[in-house]
Amino acid sequence: MSLMNDALPVALEDGAVAIGGRPILRGIDLEVPAGQFLALMGANGSGKSTLVRSLIGLRPLAAGRLLLFGTPLERFHDWSRIGFVPQRGGAASGVPASVWEVVASGRLTHRRVFRPLSGADRAAIADALDVVGLAGRGGDGVATLSGGQQQRVLIARALAGEPDLFFLDEPAAGVDLANQISLATSLGRLKERGATIVLVAHELGPLAALVDRAVVMRDGRLAYDGAPLADHAVHEPVFGDPHTHHHHASHHQHDHVPDVRSPLEAGQ
Amino acid sequence: MTFWELFQYPFMQRALIAAAFTGVAAPAVGTYLVQRRLSLMGDGIGHVAVTGVALGLLTGTSPTWTAVVVSVIGAVVIEVIRSRGHTNGDVALALLFYGGLAGGVLLSGLGGQSSARLQEYLFGSITTISIADVIVTMALATVVLVVGIGLSPQLFAVAQDQEFARVAGLRVGFYNVLVAVLAAVSVSVAMRTVGLLLVSALMVVPVATSQQLTRSFRTTLLAAMVLGAAASVGGLVLSAYLSFHATVAPGPTIVLLSLAGFAVTWPVGAWVRRRARLREPFASVPAPEHEPTEHVHQHGPECGHVAVRHGDHVDYVHDGHRHAVHGAHYDEH
Repeated sequence: MSLMNDALPVALEDGAVAIGGRPILRGIDLEVPAGQFLALMGANGSGKSTLVRSLIGLRPLAAGRLLLFGTPLERFHDWSRIGFVPQRGGAASGVPASVWEVVASGRLTHRRVFRPLSGADRAAIADALDVVGLAGRGGDGVATLSGGQQQRVLIARALAGEPDLFFLDEPAAGVDLANQISLATSLGRLKERGATIVLVAHELGPLAALVDRAVVMRDGRLAYDGAPLADHAVHEPVFGDPHTHHHHASHHQHDHVPDVRSPLEAGQ
Repeated sequence: MTFWELFQYPFMQRALIAAAFTGVAAPAVGTYLVQRRLSLMGDGIGHVAVTGVALGLLTGTSPTWTAVVVSVIGAVVIEVIRSRGHTNGDVALALLFYGGLAGGVLLSGLGGQSSARLQEYLFGSITTISIADVIVTMALATVVLVVGIGLSPQLFAVAQDQEFARVAGLRVGFYNVLVAVLAAVSVSVAMRTVGLLLVSALMVVPVATSQQLTRSFRTTLLAAMVLGAAASVGGLVLSAYLSFHATVAPGPTIVLLSLAGFAVTWPVGAWVRRRARLREPFASVPAPEHEPTEHVHQHGPECGHVAVRHGDHVDYVHDGHRHAVHGAHYDEH
């Protein structure tokens, strides 16, 4: 058992992913030690979401070897240790669902079929709602919440399963600043509890303070792996982000002196 | 014979029991179909089941059982085609639906059956239901209810977010096929009540009605089951009452009563949702320090902002940073 706990939460060796026969990711080596807060960054289309999806088995690996907690993915069944927060949009469906019900579905990794919820299940659900600041909103319909609140419901759903490894796919995308700050508070509490977190982000915003390590992707390869970077640096031309990104609320304090961005172009 | 004496007849009692069981079971599955935005799947399975009924009539076996077998096979095929996600998936489904309907009509003609016999199954004939059929209806409806409610946490999670369910370790493929099979079974159960061509209405309309006023999945499911039972029993009684004055078939009466319930509830639901929106406090978000899209003028050589050549275009210095024209707005460069 101690061997299991000591094993790296994520170890991917020479991973490659192809979608529809076209190679999307190539030569990815990534190890995430326990307790680390890793930000996976890069331009749109650089393959960061695809990488996260392949790490949890939603995208098959075309090549390479993936170990989760020391177990090869094919033989991995300990799904209660993994929490996945997809991009927002999964919260609402064709039939109304309450916040509590969506969060309760995160508890299924611990439940057997045809069994009612136990007291421990209810306590975990209540605790998850509390961490994301939605305690008391359990009876509300998910579809009536704002985008940022829906995102927090999805985090609570992952949290309810009490996993120790989290994957979050763009949790701050399209979320206003106030909700980004409460998102950062929720993730900060997870980090304090010792969770391992892999976060896909285009921009970190208020989450930047939590990040231990940044990995930047470019064209399906790892372009940078090391100390956290400022949002600004991730969009340097060397990481392949053509500066086509539009004005965004979190940009407004940036230095816009032309020569910093394009030092080799002739300024006037 | 008066209206109340009608309830003393065994055929009417059998019809009432069958209507109640069907009315509860069909929306229980229908809720999952609506949740997955597959409201018309019941309709498709109903078309396939026509072949099953004709096969039963042709071979002299119980049309209910052959309908169950053929519609389960059809439902699994539909689910497999759907989950493969081919772009022409809906064409494949259409081929299956029309093949089922045409095959059924052709087979019943081959067997020398009158179209009236097939019509009993197409539009329902609950008042001619036999004791054996009532027992089969009760048994199958009970199976649908036990599975549909007992596995509701799993079925809810899979229908709500398949990818999350997969990462939670649920066998998503199994649960998808299970819902398809449950839908096929309830189609076969409901065909005697409202008929194969109207079966989808009993699965979907009560769900659409109940979700006008509900906020949670559980109450939607339970309210839909209550509404379904009320509509089918109420429709049957109403058609029996009206049949003293005119020829009124129970199947269409049940469906129209169900739709009337929706027509009454929808304005109430729309009004409640509108009130909820108006009550919602306006989120206090700090205003962005600078909003580049609001320009009183078009940047140009005469606008007074400093022009900077930037690659293939010209930026204009505006409040300490650079704007580049991009369609109807400005990008930050």
